[in-house]
Amino acid sequence: MESIGFWKQRSWFVAVIGLSALMAAPVWANAADGGVTDGKARGLEIATEAEQRDFGFGDYRVELKMTLRNKHKQETNRRMRNTTKEQANDGDKTMIVFDNPRDVKGTAFLSHTHKVGADDQWLFLPALKRVKRISSSNKSGPFMGSEFAFEDISSQEIEKYTYNYVRDETFNGRDCFVVERFPTNPKSGYHRQMVWYDKAEFRISKVDFYDRKNELLKTLIYNNYNQYLGKYWRADLMDMVNHQTGKSTSLVFSGYQFAIGTTDMDFTSNRLKNAR
Amino acid sequence: MILRTTYVVLSLWMLGAVWCPVSVVEAGQWDIGGQATLETRYFPYSPEFANQKKITVSPSGTLEPEFVYEWNDGSERLTLTPFVRLDADDKRRTHADLREFNWLHLGSSWDLSVGVGKVFWGVTESVHLVDIINQTDAVEDITGEEKLGQPMVNVNIEQPWGTVSLFALPGFRTRTFTSDNARLHGPFPIDTAHPTYDSSKKERHIDWAARWTQIFGDMDISISHFQGTSREPRLLPQNRGGQTVFVPHYDQIGQTGLELQLTTENTLWKAEGMTRTGHGKRFYAGVGGFEHTFYGIAESNVDIGFLLEYLYDGRDSRFAPPSIADNDIFGGFRIAMNDTQATAVLFGGSFDHHTKAAFINFEAERRLTDHMKLEFNSRFFVNVPTTDSVALIRSDDFLELKLNWFF
Repeated sequence: MESIGFWKQRSWFVAVIGLSALMAAPVWANAADGGVTDGKARGLEIATEAEQRDFGFGDYRVELKMTLRNKHKQETNRRMRNTTKEQANDGDKTMIVFDNPRDVKGTAFLSHTHKVGADDQWLFLPALKRVKRISSSNKSGPFMGSEFAFEDISSQEIEKYTYNYVRDETFNGRDCFVVERFPTNPKSGYHRQMVWYDKAEFRISKVDFYDRKNELLKTLIYNNYNQYLGKYWRADLMDMVNHQTGKSTSLVFSGYQFAIGTTDMDFTSNRLKNAR
Repeated sequence: MILRTTYVVLSLWMLGAVWCPVSVVEAGQWDIGGQATLETRYFPYSPEFANQKKITVSPSGTLEPEFVYEWNDGSERLTLTPFVRLDADDKRRTHADLREFNWLHLGSSWDLSVGVGKVFWGVTESVHLVDIINQTDAVEDITGEEKLGQPMVNVNIEQPWGTVSLFALPGFRTRTFTSDNARLHGPFPIDTAHPTYDSSKKERHIDWAARWTQIFGDMDISISHFQGTSREPRLLPQNRGGQTVFVPHYDQIGQTGLELQLTTENTLWKAEGMTRTGHGKRFYAGVGGFEHTFYGIAESNVDIGFLLEYLYDGRDSRFAPPSIADNDIFGGFRIAMNDTQATAVLFGGSFDHHTKAAFINFEAERRLTDHMKLEFNSRFFVNVPTTDSVALIRSDDFLELKLNWFF
């Protein structure tokens, strides 16, 4: 439990306000027509539009069930609750409380993510009533023994990748942009990722992860999108398959509540001691 | 009296919550969980002193349920956590305690807690110099990590310039000691039933404490002060009919503490310092070091962390309770397999470079099911001369196997 990394199930990104003003809808009409825009600029535009469309959600809480499957299809479950508050000019603040397995019940995790620089993270260990500030530099390690790495579930700020638009493609019956992205952090476990955004809503449908040797490692598929507050899309089911080990992890989200009225004072290391 | 009144009021409150949850301002929510353990200690060596029973294998078990009732959308909370241990060989280790029994109110930028609770202060791993609110439940383990519930009124106020915590601590808890004939006990009886105090109010002296904590980027800083009854007793010898008996004596002290942690990429730099009056002349103690972690060793999921800390304690043991860490180097490593079972190993050793004594600690744990965890612990004393403060238990090295059931 020492090094639980930042956890966040949001399928995409917090907005970069500076860039968002440039991303007016007409640009999209252009890009969708397959214009002559340079691939890098277009990749960034797509990622930025996705982020922009999710900006302004405010805060929410959600329950998560994580099912880990080994290559013999034996299952193990984890349960946790997540509360997230958006920040206007920085990464989100998130608190996660674990319910299952029972030995980690009551363990709580707080993260202040940042667009630039390392995230701030604290862990509360209920048996000792101890709050520990922990390092956020573990990017490629597994989260709770699952197929999700810390970097897969942490704040996906625009600045954390460089982008390249590759092609248009249909996935699961939806027209998609396929964008290649390269992690800017040298500690990333990936050489690159391929991301499928649907053209209609700029939701991520699928991500292929390539390891440092540029071999296909994992595929993540987003299912059962629902819209909240008439604007913000969240996938209720995320399936991650590791092609190299045959293991997989499913994440089921339930009971989304938006506009729950949290303040920054609910996301302090002092408040972490009383998280439930 | 204050203690008793607190118990009664909270008990009635809790009963009310049990019997008429609907009549409470807003329907609340119960959460009941807890932990039970079965454990066996194995002492490989014969006891050193004639008063100690020749116990080799010693079974024990604990039960610690937790009842939580929340209402008003989680802003009000009652917590009840009783604890009981049954020990086959040590009558004093068979004991019960209220680890928690408190009401918590969460305000918008403040919180208030009234009742029995537990508070931890500190950043370092080898010793907890600054941590002082709760008494050590010393029969539980020799590491000092287990604590008795402390009656308190605690307010925490969050401001842009930091978090201020204020404590009033009525009702002193005396330290627990192993039985006079048990393992992990010295050659002389300890009269735990008749402790003595500096204060004429004895265990009813109201202690107080305050702490300020703030985060400056990668740096976490806390400054604290405690004024009241020392949690560490001095053991004063008394001659009772030719027999030497030690009586715990609790002095009035003032202790000021400082905690620092700098969190950089893979390294946590940690330091604690404290200064105390009331145990002879004012003295200083400090501990500092780092924890460096290598993530994903050789393309695997395994993390290895290394710890190194130096401990200094300037107390004069003629006037102060002895410290086991007066001039020690602590080194250790932690391995996390990051597998589904959360398998982890911790190894730590303290070495006193004056007395050459060493204390070796090895812990391993693995989850068996969603509700079960297996733990192995061992504590070894190496090369301990009679002059070292751990000499009294130097033949009581042990191995411990613990099965935890979480419900």
